[in-house]
Amino acid sequence: MAGSGLMLLGFVVLHLLGNLTIFLGPETLNAYAEKLRHFGLLLWVARVILLAAVAVHIWAAVVLTIENRRARPQPYQQYVPAATNPAALTMGLTGILLLSYLVYHLLHFTWGVAHPQFFGAQDALGRRDVYAMVVRSFEIPWVALLYVVGMAVLCFHLSHGMASTCQTLGLSTERTRPLFERIGGMIAGLIFLGYSAIPVAVLFRMVRP
Amino acid sequence: MKLIVRVWRQQNAQEKGRFETYEAQDISSDMSFLEMLDVLNEQLIAQGHEPIAFDHDCREGICGMCSLVINGRPHGPDKGVTACQLHMRRFKDGDTITIEPWRARAFPVVKDLVVDRSAFDRIIEAGGYVSVKTGSAPEANTVPVPKPAAEDAMDAAACIGCGACVAACPNASAMLFVAAKVAHLSDLPQGQVEHKARVQDMVQAMDHEGFGNCTNHYECMAACPKQIHVKFIARLNRDYLRATTHP
Ligand code: HEM
Ligand code: FES
Repeated sequence: MAGSGLMLLGFVVLHLLGNLTIFLGPETLNAYAEKLRHFGLLLWVARVILLAAVAVHIWAAVVLTIENRRARPQPYQQYVPAATNPAALTMGLTGILLLSYLVYHLLHFTWGVAHPQFFGAQDALGRRDVYAMVVRSFEIPWVALLYVVGMAVLCFHLSHGMASTCQTLGLSTERTRPLFERIGGMIAGLIFLGYSAIPVAVLFRMVRP
Repeated sequence: MKLIVRVWRQQNAQEKGRFETYEAQDISSDMSFLEMLDVLNEQLIAQGHEPIAFDHDCREGICGMCSLVINGRPHGPDKGVTACQLHMRRFKDGDTITIEPWRARAFPVVKDLVVDRSAFDRIIEAGGYVSVKTGSAPEANTVPVPKPAAEDAMDAAACIGCGACVAACPNASAMLFVAAKVAHLSDLPQGQVEHKARVQDMVQAMDHEGFGNCTNHYECMAACPKQIHVKFIARLNRDYLRATTHP
């Protein structure tokens, strides 16, 4: 859970940095996308590792959930939590929502199934016009909103996930655990703001076609 | 005062069990929670009912036998106390109090509020000991123990093995118990010899008993009558990783 989660977090951060090049204009983003494509075999290796991390993460989550349900066959009639938080209690739910987001997102930008009208355009240099695809998509308010909601779910999932990872890997101590929780929350917030900035900026015409 | 008590009644491990509601009369606010149950039981016997079975022994917060989930909290609403040290002044006349047993597959109900916690004994058997030469007591300063290590070991050794951590955990995990039992030995020089085997064996025994897995909700620390810290869980995780990767 912790190991695969960390790999996915690494991807989320790198992907965010890549995506933010949209604010540098079409030339930078399209050149960046083109460069990624030219990694060829390496890109596929990265994709396979990423897919494996997703699979391991889901498999571990399913096993954990089954075992933990089984560990308390008779639930309490009255149960008053005193320490946990909503994010920790809904990791399964936010995980499923993230997976649905991911499927939609891949159908959208990678496979061109969800919004085919924006897919496959080329820029003046004959490269895939990723910039136009993203901007045209987010000009539709509900698409932009869906992405912001997806990022909120991601933020919620990560806000528990990161500090939890530090505890599971045995990194936290009495002093550092509250610190990890605060830093984890801050990183989750930054990731939310960074990603959401893109659809919001397009929606408010701060990034134009 | 007069109280409405909703309590779990279950004849034996096989029966399904149900809640029964009773009225407890003439409860003084000076009584402990267990004394309230004693009074209620007297009243039940007088009415020709079977008294409620519940575990208890020392009634002074040191043995870990009392094990009641009171109004949705193991050992009741107060921080850092066992159910036997909870007093009725914490409740008001006419209050309804719900009492349930610890609920975990690894702690099957024996009767009413009594659960079988021998799973903990088997975890201890798997590694919760040190090998020492028996005979006359050694001179106290032969093995020097640094002050911080001694303090830390004492904090972990405060665990009375009541199982409130399991009862409070959304996953019925026993990590805090196992972490404390590993830490109070691994902190000390005497605990080093079997350390790696102990970590692995006790974790394996815990999994074998059917406890859930820790997902870091920290309900255990909030419910623990001895306020054992979850830092011991982080340390158990660290020791386990080390023991499995560098045997
Ligand atoms: C505003 C937020 C986001 C935007 C604008 C965005 C944009 C994109 C674009 C344009 C692509 C296709 C790149 C190309 O084909 O050249 C892509 C691929 C992808 N995105 Fe996102 N993304 C966002 C958030 C996320 C998040 C939060 C995740 C993970 C949970 C994610 C996971 C992926 C994955 C797995 C791919 C496929 C990578 C591959 O082809 O190997 N994205 N994204
Ligand atoms: S009866 Fe001994 S701790 Fe409560």
